[in-house]
Amino acid sequence: MTGVRVLVGTRKGAFILTSDGARTNWEIDGPHFPGWEIYHVKGSPADPDRIYVSQSGGWFGQLIQRSDDGGRTWNAVGNEFTYEGDAGTHQFFDGTAVPWKFTRVWHLEPALDDPDTVFAGVEDAALFRSVDGGGSWQELVGLRGHGTGPSWQPGAGGMCLHTILLDPRDAARMTVAISAAGAFRTDDTGKSWRAINHGLRSEGIPDQDAEVGHCVHHLAMHPSRPDTLFMQKHWDVMRSDDGGENWREISGNLPTDFGFVVDVHAHEPETIYVVPITSDYLHVPMDARLRVYRSRSGGDEWEPLTRGLPQEHCYVNVLRDAMAVDSLDECGIYFGTTGGQVYVSPDGGDTWAPIVRDLPAVLSVEVQTLP
Amino acid sequence: MTTHSVRVVLPAHLRVLGRVDGEVVLAVDGPVTQRSVLDALELRHPMLRGTIREHVTLHRRPMVRFFACEEDVSLESPDAELPDAVATGREPFFVIGAIAGG
Repeated sequence: MTGVRVLVGTRKGAFILTSDGARTNWEIDGPHFPGWEIYHVKGSPADPDRIYVSQSGGWFGQLIQRSDDGGRTWNAVGNEFTYEGDAGTHQFFDGTAVPWKFTRVWHLEPALDDPDTVFAGVEDAALFRSVDGGGSWQELVGLRGHGTGPSWQPGAGGMCLHTILLDPRDAARMTVAISAAGAFRTDDTGKSWRAINHGLRSEGIPDQDAEVGHCVHHLAMHPSRPDTLFMQKHWDVMRSDDGGENWREISGNLPTDFGFVVDVHAHEPETIYVVPITSDYLHVPMDARLRVYRSRSGGDEWEPLTRGLPQEHCYVNVLRDAMAVDSLDECGIYFGTTGGQVYVSPDGGDTWAPIVRDLPAVLSVEVQTLP
Repeated sequence: MTTHSVRVVLPAHLRVLGRVDGEVVLAVDGPVTQRSVLDALELRHPMLRGTIREHVTLHRRPMVRFFACEEDVSLESPDAELPDAVATGREPFFVIGAIAGG
């Protein structure tokens, strides 16, 4: 392993940050697609030179960009996301039924073994797949056709499918999360789906342990233990050890269990990270101190990580797709803020430093560990 | 069938996306309408599909406007003929990103 490439999506373009294994000196490249909202940038695990970008804007809609040379050049590929059949309705914020309408792609997840296959999680919530490098997209209609679909309703950010976890043991198994519907799993390559929300409790819905309706903010999984899932819910940090069949709370001694990101150390499947945010009314760090919390026990017991992070006057947020880990021998942790900072910890969270301080608001952070 | 040489001015974001400098000059067969101009534009620059008109419905996106001869023709039928000055290339057809925000 020789270095890392950090892929950053922001409100006003994409940036590529590269460094060697020391992760001390960085080259900043960008903005790519200046002026556009870049919800997500992700490289293919099967070919690190293949990178997909979700580029969108209120004026000109959704575009998908693809690079075949590690982000040096880009080509716009297919951008038609058409729901299969009669789109039907879901609930709006006020409980009325509104037609399903495509707005944007929140998350792109390239397949583990094929750079031409990539999944897209979109708003209004649905899952699409391309098998031709993004040239064309087909909806995996079984998800939206799940019997509960008409009762789904948006979270504050929109009714988005924002997390896609691919099981490295079994290509037929995928887990996704939707705000504010919950988590869903397929074991047959997307033909059929089940809600997997047993054990979640959400005070913001009439039936607090309902089958669906939970505002899941993000999911994380270690590839060596695909049955163990970690969840940052609107409130509550949760864990499942049976592929999402049952969840239990692991918030433990966190100062607040509201937040957006959760991720897992590359080499220690029981070491996990969250960034607690004050509350759903106050999307800033508690006490104006930016702290990552780490648990080395798979939850419940958490320690604050503060060295190198601002510990006063800090009022940024860390959005759901804005944390990532590399797989260098000493695992690097990365996150981006709505204030435009991207932080790196080259030592598993013990110390932090800003890679860059003044980007547009960061929407997503991914990292590629380069051979 | 008459072929018209139609000039189209795109907003900056779409010029970058379409990899064009300045105006686009299109050969449009038959009546010069919003639809025939945009069909020709998207044929020449397929990466612009979905950015000016929605896929499938081909409805104008809400925050895109069409100007011709100092008039906003956005709400005209897509099959209405554009002014003769556009059809003859004396005036361009403007695709505009609507002014919005603070």
